[in-house]
Amino acid sequence: MSFSWAKAYEPKHPAMRWIDERLPLPRVVYGAIGGGYPVPRNLNYWWNFGVLAGLFLTIQIVTGIVLAMHYIPSTDGAFNSVNQLIMRDVNAGWFLRYAHMNGASFFFLVTYIHIFRGLYYGSYKAPRELVWMLGLVIYLLMMATGFMGYVLPWGQMSYWGAQVITGFFSAFPLVGEPIRIWLLGGYAPDQAALTRFYSLHYLLPFVIAAVVILHIWALHIPGSGNPTGVDVKDEKDTLPFHPFYTAKDGWFAGAVLLFYAVVTSFAPNYLGHADNYIPANPLATPAHIVPEWYFWPFYAILRSFTVDFILPAKLWGVLAMFFSILLLFFLPWIDKSPVRSGSYRPVFKRFFWLLVVDVIVLGYIGGAPINATRVAIGQFASAYYFLHFLVILPLVSAFETPLPLPNSITESVLHGEVAEAAPAGQTRPRRGSVATAE
Amino acid sequence: MLRFILGFIGAVFAMILLISLFSNLGTYFSNPPAPLAADKWHEEPKHLALASDGLFGRFDKQQLQRGFQVYSEVCSACHSLKLASFRDLEGLGYNEAEIKKIASDWKTQVASINPDTGEAATRKALPSDTFPPPFANEVAARAANNNALPPDLTLITKAREGGASYVYSLLTGYRNQPAQLLKEFPDAKTPPNLHYNPYFANLNLAMPPPLTTNGQVSYADGTKPTVDQMARDVAAFLAWTAEPNLEARHANGLWVAVFLLLTCILSYFAYQQIWHDAKRVVRRTGALDPENQAKANRAKGKAGISG
Repeated sequence: MSFSWAKAYEPKHPAMRWIDERLPLPRVVYGAIGGGYPVPRNLNYWWNFGVLAGLFLTIQIVTGIVLAMHYIPSTDGAFNSVNQLIMRDVNAGWFLRYAHMNGASFFFLVTYIHIFRGLYYGSYKAPRELVWMLGLVIYLLMMATGFMGYVLPWGQMSYWGAQVITGFFSAFPLVGEPIRIWLLGGYAPDQAALTRFYSLHYLLPFVIAAVVILHIWALHIPGSGNPTGVDVKDEKDTLPFHPFYTAKDGWFAGAVLLFYAVVTSFAPNYLGHADNYIPANPLATPAHIVPEWYFWPFYAILRSFTVDFILPAKLWGVLAMFFSILLLFFLPWIDKSPVRSGSYRPVFKRFFWLLVVDVIVLGYIGGAPINATRVAIGQFASAYYFLHFLVILPLVSAFETPLPLPNSITESVLHGEVAEAAPAGQTRPRRGSVATAE
Repeated sequence: MLRFILGFIGAVFAMILLISLFSNLGTYFSNPPAPLAADKWHEEPKHLALASDGLFGRFDKQQLQRGFQVYSEVCSACHSLKLASFRDLEGLGYNEAEIKKIASDWKTQVASINPDTGEAATRKALPSDTFPPPFANEVAARAANNNALPPDLTLITKAREGGASYVYSLLTGYRNQPAQLLKEFPDAKTPPNLHYNPYFANLNLAMPPPLTTNGQVSYADGTKPTVDQMARDVAAFLAWTAEPNLEARHANGLWVAVFLLLTCILSYFAYQQIWHDAKRVVRRTGALDPENQAKANRAKGKAGISG
């Protein structure tokens, strides 16, 4: 840990001392999520969602492992093993299955809030670039896991979703179709595809857990960011993670779990699609093939490319969809503003909220049946998505005049907005464009 | 350099999207899409209120038994109920002996093997069996139904948008094709062997009206078996087949919610208690500290802000 005032682990119990001397695991845990990790004292509730994502990953792994004990990965048996065996005959199987189904949605929900928190407060900026990039790796792994999990019940949307998503690869000339066939193990989704998706769906969450450890490790080198974006200066600026943030995360996790329990118990199928309760039928294409809600914005981008311009429309769509996520890896170098927090960036802040609206609009368009108006709105919103990150953000970061930053975290905690502007040189070095109170 | 490359890529994507947008708009106005009869005449399901709705919802067992009667006397001629077992009927309030009788009296028997010769045979259903389907396979089902396949009904209320309301609306929605529709869309005449029903996605349904006359079944509990009542009852029954654990889920959910609410409140107070001192420390050294306030006032004075 980089802060000199971080408390060192002192075993209280002789047994813990005995373990710590032989395997310093208690020391590592204490420094990572215990009293040995100093955290800025001014974190707001948007900082709770990382812990919540970890909580939902745990819920998914626990419910998933038990479900795997009853699930049958065969094209003949998968649908019935889910809808008959698990939902009817396994003790509390319905609970496990609905908890897992909605757990995936909540995992994505809290992760999206966590990502947008990072976008607003500049969490991707130096020295936390690797934290951001590892987070994106987790997100990509989550998308792969979520997609393959949705295939497992082998309903109509499972089957046709697998067909459409593996079909992305066939957009690429020459290599595309062989890659698609290699991925599926056949010309269309069938037993080979189902079994490998099941295998990978079981594997990837543990890969996610491993990358989560790297994500937290990389975070603990500079320490957590904070809503002002100002660096921690001394001990007054921080509080030990335990008990302060364990208490705050604890009660808030209870509140989110309450919301999760209510959805799981009283509207378990609200976030799903009715067609997935129809067994997979390779001969009947559903009227509207849509993925799970957490993919809708990307699905909207994919469907927005409707004109063959030099390249086929489908290839443009696939390239744009992949790039819409890949571009986030470049964000630390796209946004060069030395000010991290959006709270002190008046122009950035407005565009940020525009982006939030844009992504919600894309989500709606991606989930709704196609018509001429929706396609046009989707095209406009997709264009804005790319312009936001690749054109507007670099320009804003070059020309924007940020508001004066507080001198320190402690000063900002109460009424930080009236604090005196930091004289040049007293805070982190910045480019000349930063204004003072004049 | 990186930012120029990325900016260029972004501009290319945006340009192609705008080309797509204008080309689509051009097509839309020069060659507007023809409206379909289904866009205009399709109706959203009528709402069907069930006893199992809401946080405290529980099944009305009387109604489920009536619905089961409609299923077994009418629907089961064509529609299977493959995922449900006879033993599940306990949830409708039948006792063991009644279930045994229902199973052994079921009109189709269960495929089995002759224990002496090993040849294919059938036997009477047992409570542990799932409902035997009316047709041996898809080909037989299509052959008997003008090449249409009657869907399995176990999960039908979860497999259709609108759920039980949709089933109820569909069963009571058959009517003659409106003359106005044919005037607007002369090509949309309901083909032979199909039946007009505005609640069906494309308006024309292969299933002939199954509930046609009041009194088609006779209820033991004295309820008047009107078409509307039979449709309500069978929709309620199918909501049960799709979610037989609904009552347990609701009850469980309420306890979990109460438990989490209490946990939440207690841990919120714990959080307040733990942070109490931390907040006081901040107050002493924070913006309300006289020294910081003086600094703030000086900054405000310089910036020309009053108050």
